[in-house]
Amino acid sequence: MGAVGMRRELAIAAVLVALAAALPLSGDAYALRLGTTMLLYAVLAMSWNFIGGMAGYPSFASAAFFGLGAYAGAIAQTSGMPMALAWVFAGLAALVFAGLLGLALLRLRGHYFAIASLVVAEVLREVANSATDLTGGGMGLNLPVMAGMSIQGQAVLFFYAMLAAAALNFAAMLVTAHSRLGFGLRCIQQNESAADMIGVNTTLYKTAAFMLSAVFVGAAGAIYASWVNYIEPPDVFDVLYSVKAIVMVLLGGAGSLFGPLIGAAVFLGLEELVWRNLLQIHTGILGLLIVLLVLFLPRGLLSLSRRRWRAAT
Amino acid sequence: MLALQILANGLMLGGLYACIAAGFSLVWGVLNVINILHGSLIVLGAYVAFFAYTLWGIHPFASIAVVAALFFALGYVLQSSLINRVIGAPVLITLTLTFGLDLMLSNAMIVAFKADFRKLTLDPPLGSVSLASVVMPVDRLLAMVLALLLTGLLYLLLARSRIGRAIVAVRMDREAAALMGVDVKRIYAITFGLGALMAGAAGALLAMIFPISPIIGPVYLGKAFVVCVLGGLGSVPAVVVGGIVLGVVESFAALWFGPEHAVTVSFALLILFLLFRPTGLLGKKGYE
Repeated sequence: MGAVGMRRELAIAAVLVALAAALPLSGDAYALRLGTTMLLYAVLAMSWNFIGGMAGYPSFASAAFFGLGAYAGAIAQTSGMPMALAWVFAGLAALVFAGLLGLALLRLRGHYFAIASLVVAEVLREVANSATDLTGGGMGLNLPVMAGMSIQGQAVLFFYAMLAAAALNFAAMLVTAHSRLGFGLRCIQQNESAADMIGVNTTLYKTAAFMLSAVFVGAAGAIYASWVNYIEPPDVFDVLYSVKAIVMVLLGGAGSLFGPLIGAAVFLGLEELVWRNLLQIHTGILGLLIVLLVLFLPRGLLSLSRRRWRAAT
Repeated sequence: MLALQILANGLMLGGLYACIAAGFSLVWGVLNVINILHGSLIVLGAYVAFFAYTLWGIHPFASIAVVAALFFALGYVLQSSLINRVIGAPVLITLTLTFGLDLMLSNAMIVAFKADFRKLTLDPPLGSVSLASVVMPVDRLLAMVLALLLTGLLYLLLARSRIGRAIVAVRMDREAAALMGVDVKRIYAITFGLGALMAGAAGALLAMIFPISPIIGPVYLGKAFVVCVLGGLGSVPAVVVGGIVLGVVESFAALWFGPEHAVTVSFALLILFLLFRPTGLLGKKGYE
């Protein structure tokens, strides 16, 4: 049912994009901000799905890619690069970085890989903190102010930019899921040695998945930097970006196509409804959510529905 | 001699690092769980010692016994009620679970104790002793001795006691241990309890030396992890070697590159070891 399934998935995705694209028509600033955050979360979740969901590698590197993209975009912009180009540049910077990093880290497995990927964000944060000339260090970095555009107009622009990143990310995920790469990654998840033996080039495939999990997050980090106009190391290299990505995918269902999207939507809903009222204990509530999720719903919300929307089945 | 003084500082720090990492390494080795909660347990132990001293005047060297008992019970309950449910699940699941527990505990501590730093100051202060030109603060020295003593006790427990041998057996081969009549789930709970005990006790010792804050937990967690990778997973001596290496390296790195880069140096060392010597200096199987 490969082709039919793919056509149906494309149709659903097109409807979702059209619905999202109509959001700015409402003219509500709060809805727009929430929508942009939702798309950012969707990018985080879908990107993690490449390495974590498909290949089964417990990566905590999302925060590193996000912060790297934010700084790459911000530095490119302050040195005169046009904004849209800076976003693309940031995505490519994250892509190349992930490729090099993957060559080293993807030789590790299990806990070692998880912690090493977690450490990357810490190291980058230290670097950003100490490279004061380039990044402004702990003082943070201000981005150029956009002249000649209303606040509302800017909000709409950033929303569409994030929507484009999310749509591209979804397209990449769809293509991957139906390709040799997606098949190989699922083989690696189930049994890497066996995959290696039947001729899957595991090093190449894993590195490709790692790079795919970086490129859109890097671009989204740069869009985020332009959007909030000011970044500092502890803000963009926050380990919670990694954790949230994982939680959203687990929430929706790892390895599936629409799971990350559903997870991102549900997660953002919870974040808005519950935590905004309980600011003091919101990380504690996040912890509680994680514990409950892992104990009672380890296969995600989609596992509740009888019909499994498994990619490429 | 400055170098001798730095070496002495590094050794004193290293003893504490060994104690920080011993419980973490035990849980990792036996349960195959990275206990993200470890750092926050250390901080909680430090707070218990802090309040025992400031409120009731109980010296940390005395309250450490109470901390140990309390934390063993806490760890035992956590493992048998929650973590045992997902033991054997993929790495991501167990890691995420302890991450969630850690978020809850650290948030609770921020609400209860505020995020500012506190310092347990002994009154009267213990002063310092000097050996040739090397000056050693007595509180630091005693803390190091106690830390190594505790780590040694853990070693003896694992090597000599019936429970300890059962823990080693489970670590080596869970199925075979179960066939020999070992109650694996109970051993897991005891192991996690011991890990929490070591974390709490290390915290009580650290309270005398370093400022305490709920936000410092991840730093200690990072130290524990680096020690495990440097020394190698699998035995108490490896943790002692790893701890001392880290303590000495950090002390000299602070001297040569400035204290703000000490963390970066230890992370760089971590990455190098992960890539080129993932078994660490003394890594081996089994807790002998």
